[in-house]
Amino acid sequence: MSRVVVLDHGSGNLRSAQRALERAGADVEVSADRAAALAADGLVVPGVGAYAACMAGLRAVGGAEVIGRRLAGGRPVLGICVGMQVLFERGVEHGVETAGCGEWPGVVERLAAPVLPHMGWNTVEVPAGSTLFAGVESERFYFVHSYAVRRWVLPPSERLRAPLVSWSEHGERFVAAVENGPLTATQFHPEKSGDAGARLLANWVATLAG
Amino acid sequence: MTLAVRVIPCLDVDAGRVVKGVRFADLRDAGDPVELAAEYERQGADELVFLDITASSEDRATTYDVVRRTAEQVFVPLTVGGGVRSVADFDRLLRAGADKVGVSTGAVVRPELLSEAAARFGAQCVVLSLDVRRCPPGVTASGFEVTTHGGRRGTGIDAVDWAARGADLGAGELLVNSMDADGTKDGYDLELVRRVRAAVGVPVIASGGAGSVADFAPAVAAGADAVLAASVLHFGDMRISDIKAALRAAGHPVR
Repeated sequence: MSRVVVLDHGSGNLRSAQRALERAGADVEVSADRAAALAADGLVVPGVGAYAACMAGLRAVGGAEVIGRRLAGGRPVLGICVGMQVLFERGVEHGVETAGCGEWPGVVERLAAPVLPHMGWNTVEVPAGSTLFAGVESERFYFVHSYAVRRWVLPPSERLRAPLVSWSEHGERFVAAVENGPLTATQFHPEKSGDAGARLLANWVATLAG
Repeated sequence: MTLAVRVIPCLDVDAGRVVKGVRFADLRDAGDPVELAAEYERQGADELVFLDITASSEDRATTYDVVRRTAEQVFVPLTVGGGVRSVADFDRLLRAGADKVGVSTGAVVRPELLSEAAARFGAQCVVLSLDVRRCPPGVTASGFEVTTHGGRRGTGIDAVDWAARGADLGAGELLVNSMDADGTKDGYDLELVRRVRAAVGVPVIASGGAGSVADFAPAVAAGADAVLAASVLHFGDMRISDIKAALRAAGHPVR
């Protein structure tokens, strides 16, 4: 059975993430311990609330470094919601700019939409070849956020396989999920997305060793 | 890609059991909240709301236990409200497994609670619940007044102003409950929904008055992002799929 650590950096309802991953077939531990986070077959980085607060919590447990070291070794990481946003270069909230982990270029900004937060079940435009969304390409997933990545700016490379970027729309298009080798992220909450979310998490867990 | 209208069952929970009163009197026991929550998820509920009406603080421990057990079995978002007065109450409910916390009287008494909770946990988990009644001319400019203590006390506060201020302070969502319509099954107070929708840029949940499947689409047309229902669901008058079919037929996207 694959061992998954949900990184406890003081953000949000971790119990739901734990139970949903257990339902997806993983052996799950909620922990802030760096050794445990490095050793796990998969690491989940959750996150709700403000970008700056989430990033501060992540840094306090050495999270950015743990993510970087895991990726250097090709070890899977899944970022959820603000846990996805902090993987980008920076976030801008209320005029305050905060540096993120910088695994991908790009900026997290406020969506231009008449009603925010974007709260509820929305569809996702999934590119061909996605393993994360296999079997749930047409399902709705649960989003709750006001900020998002509105432009994917990673230049294409002839030598590297291009990341699979899924999009959704609320007022404007934004990045809903990214599959990039060992690094996976969703702007929505699979752990709160009922059966569709359970299938997506099972798809991710199935890619893990162990 | 369009956001679906959310259909949200609300369970009134007293000392660990589900009850729902008509105009908050004549409470009837409708079962175990954890079982009902799981059943509603199976039926297609997009979210769930627990309203804790437990009077005594010693019985409140039961609520945390119910929230914990629900969060372990239910994989759609759960909002819990009732008796929330402090940031510590938010913290306890979120730790127990709630995704959002509803606050009503607590925010009227001390509006800063909204900003404090939003700063600490994020606006996305702060739901301002407004128990609103129509009032005689001259009491408020909009003709709608905020009540507290489950609708028993008027405040003289204009409900439309309070909705706007609550959103400014940090509420990420408004649950707008018409005390006049609650339990009547005569339909939502559409004028109230329209007035609040026009005043805020956060999601609005319409609550109070749903009696037939035809009542839901007009609430959405009036500007509601989500519709709340309680007794009509608990006592089997209709299923969630019936509500969604009616919304879909009216041209509103549903899950």
